[in-house]
Order: sequence, then C-alpha cells, then structure tokens
Amino acid sequence: MIWQFDIIILIFMVLAAIIALRVKDLLGATLVFGIYSFLICLLWAEMGAVDVAFTEAAVGAGVSTVIMIATVFSTARRSRD
Amino acid sequence: MEFLAAGFIEENIVPKFNYWVYVILMMIGLFAMITKNNLIKKLIGMAIFQTAIILFYVSIGVKAESGIPILGHEQHHEIVEEGRASSEVIKKEKFANPLPHVLMLTAIVVGVSTLGLALAISQRIYGSFNTLEEDEILDQLRPGGHD
Amino acid sequence: MKLFGFIAVIIVGALLLAATGDFPAWGDAGSPASQGQVSSFYIEQTINETKVPNMVTAVLADFRGYDTMFETVVIFIAGIGIIAVLRTFGDQASKAPDGPEADNDSGDLIVRTTCHMVVPLIQLFALYVIAHGHHSPGGGFQGGVMLGASYILFALACGLPAAKRRMGERRAIIIAAAGIIIYAGWGVACLLLGGNFLDYTSLDPILPGDEQMARSHSMLVVEIGVAFTVTAIMFAIYSNLSTRGRLEKGL
Repeated sequence: MIWQFDIIILIFMVLAAIIALRVKDLLGATLVFGIYSFLICLLWAEMGAVDVAFTEAAVGAGVSTVIMIATVFSTARRSRD
Repeated sequence: MEFLAAGFIEENIVPKFNYWVYVILMMIGLFAMITKNNLIKKLIGMAIFQTAIILFYVSIGVKAESGIPILGHEQHHEIVEEGRASSEVIKKEKFANPLPHVLMLTAIVVGVSTLGLALAISQRIYGSFNTLEEDEILDQLRPGGHD
Repeated sequence: MKLFGFIAVIIVGALLLAATGDFPAWGDAGSPASQGQVSSFYIEQTINETKVPNMVTAVLADFRGYDTMFETVVIFIAGIGIIAVLRTFGDQASKAPDGPEADNDSGDLIVRTTCHMVVPLIQLFALYVIAHGHHSPGGGFQGGVMLGASYILFALACGLPAAKRRMGERRAIIIAAAGIIIYAGWGVACLLLGGNFLDYTSLDPILPGDEQMARSHSMLVVEIGVAFTVTAIMFAIYSNLSTRGRLEKGL
C-alpha cells in the first residue's frame, strides 16, 4: 500500500463518479464511467489486489463500457438529468 | 511546515480515508439510484454503489507491509524443493489477505452479467415506450394517459 | 422525491460514517479480518496443500469451489436471461451473405486488417492468462473475459455477421453450458472416485503427480470450464445488446 497514491486516486474517483452522474449526454457519461473503472483498477493494484485489478480492467473498463455504449447507441442518447 | 503537514495527514486522515470514501461513493450511488430520472443514469449509480462495496472489502484486506498475495519464486523454491516448513518461510504480514480478493473477483464478473441483464431490460422498455425517462414511462402506464 | 432521497441518503451516510470510527485503521495487520484463522490458513497452508503460489486462484478454484461453481451458474443464467428478454426471431429474410468474401462487406480496410492481426495475439494472451493463473494474476474469469473481448473486437471491426460465423448463437449457448458441465462434471468425477464433491485429492489415481499436484491440475480444469462459460456469455451479451436482439449487424 502507498497511501499517497491511495488518497489521490480516491479523490479523482469521487470526482469521476460525480461527473459521470451529472453529464447530460449519456455517451459522455458512459465514457466517464469507463475512466472511473480504470481509476478503481489502479486502486486495486495499489492495494495489492492484483487479481481483482486484472478483472476490473478487463470487465469494468472493457466489457461493461462496451455494452453500455451499445445500449446508448440503440436507445436515446440525451438524458434530461 | 510541509513535513509537519505530511505527518498530520498520515496520522489523522490515512487510517480512515478509504472508509470515508467508500461511504461517500455509496451515498452518491444510492442518491443517483433514488433520484435520477434516466434509467441508464440509475444503472451507472448502481455500478458505483457496487464498486463502493468492493472498495470496502478490499480495504479490509490490506496490511501495512503487504505485497500481492502470490508467493515469490524463492519462497516457492524453498518450500517445494527444499522442504522447509511453510510457517517459517511465509511471513503472514507480508501478504495481503486473499479472502476478500476472491469474494470480490467473482462479484465483479457477476456484476457485469447483471448489468447486461439490466441494460437488456431497459432496451425492451425503450422498445415499448420509446423513452428511458422514468416519469414519461409512468405517464404512459397510468390509465387515461396518452397511448 | 429529490428531497426525500436526499434525506434518506444523508441518514444512511451519517450512520455509516459514525460506524467508521470503530473500524481498525486501514492497513492494520492486527485487524480481526487479517488475524482470523481462515485467512491465516489460506496464506500459510495453500502452498503445502496445493503447491500453487497464487493464493487467490487456489482459494477460488479449490477451497471455495462451490462458491465459484455457482457464480459461474449465475453468469450463465444472466446470459440466458438476456437472450430470453431481448432476442426476437423476426423476419429471417435479411440473411447475412455466407462465404469468406462476406468478411469484407463492412468496416474500414485499415481497421479490419489491424483487427485480423491483433485478435490472434489477444486470444493467445488470454489462453496464457487462463493456463498461467496458478503462478501469476489471472485465471478463468479474466482469461474468459479477454477471449470474449477478442470476439467483441472482431464484431466491432468486421461486423457482427462475420463474428457470428465464428461464434454463432447456438454455439455460444453450447459452449456456455459445456463450461458448467466441465466444472460440475469434474466434481462428479471426484464423487465417482470415492471422494466428496469437488474434493480433488480423490482424483490422485487418474492424474500425474501426488495428491497436491492432483489439486493443482484440477484447478486448471475448472478454470477452463469457467473460461468457456464466461467467453460465450460475454459475447452473447454484446451481440444481443448491440442489435436489440435481432443479431443482424452490429454497431
């Protein structure tokens, strides 16, 4: 564990979570959520949970972003909130 | 002065910072799930809620001196080839607790499957109502509403 | 509604924040979770019992094999649920053209060529991740997701019909079911040889090496089963979600 990285990444994560929920364009929100997943993947690696980090990089940042983009493309892109 | 500030952070903020942030992320996710009007936004809130729980579990397993929960080549060689007792070679505080990692690893993969199912249901909702906004869907469902 | 939600969230958050005061400090090696008998056993005895250096893989596939098996079943059910919710068997008139030249019907030339070069490397690395999960981070879940992602990349670059010829819908479901059958069947094999369900030491007579190596080899088998299911379900999720269940052409 490296607490300096920990604090920086956690602050960025909270920012990314808030931005992902405030952006009105759903495609943008999905991409910011992908950034959030990558940050949390870095955090797992920093805490020594390498297997969890690997899974998160493949699943959270890869596949779940892709399927959310697929859904946004086949439904509405704009959101009212 | 700067050195003093660094010590202050290490003593007062670091020991609980992960737990505070997990509560904050959980609040953000829960708030989004309750109040957001768009179904995709609700799902993003749900995913943030889920990662907050995972953050809590993984934070529990960290030890101050720990590395990754995988034996090094030398330790592996000493135990398997030279036959030394594992309790002598392995220092428990040098390895992160593997149990939360295992539980959360499967939770992430199951999480993406359930997220896919939720997205599938929201696509069906869009097919039926032509919108993803919750209040418009409720309007159409109400007897006497348009459609 | 907004106010009600805000108040509820604040109450929940305040209770949880008040509770964090009683937690052991972050990184405390003496916390109850780290001093417990279970985690100490996993850290110290994994190497003696299974000869696997990666404790996470050992706990995942051996000590907590039931858990992982039913997690795999959950993934399978989620995939079946997506197909049940979304798949529409509408007009079959717009059949995709067959034959190798159909690969060239969509997408940019550079993208397609790069994809054809990159996909084998991704799949090779995914197989390495599955097979080497005993010694390095990785295993069935990660490797399976990467294999599924390679099919998704192929579908994005060359169009879904081209990817469907490699991994059709029927084939995906059969592969997903085969993964669970491999996992559960390995447990049944333990039963047939006189042990408990998923008690790999009883497979010692039919596997090379001693009892510990039998557990190590068995982990590889169940990881392969997990990878089968995850690969097929990830691709099924993508292909259904990107076409609203019609499986005609992708994004």
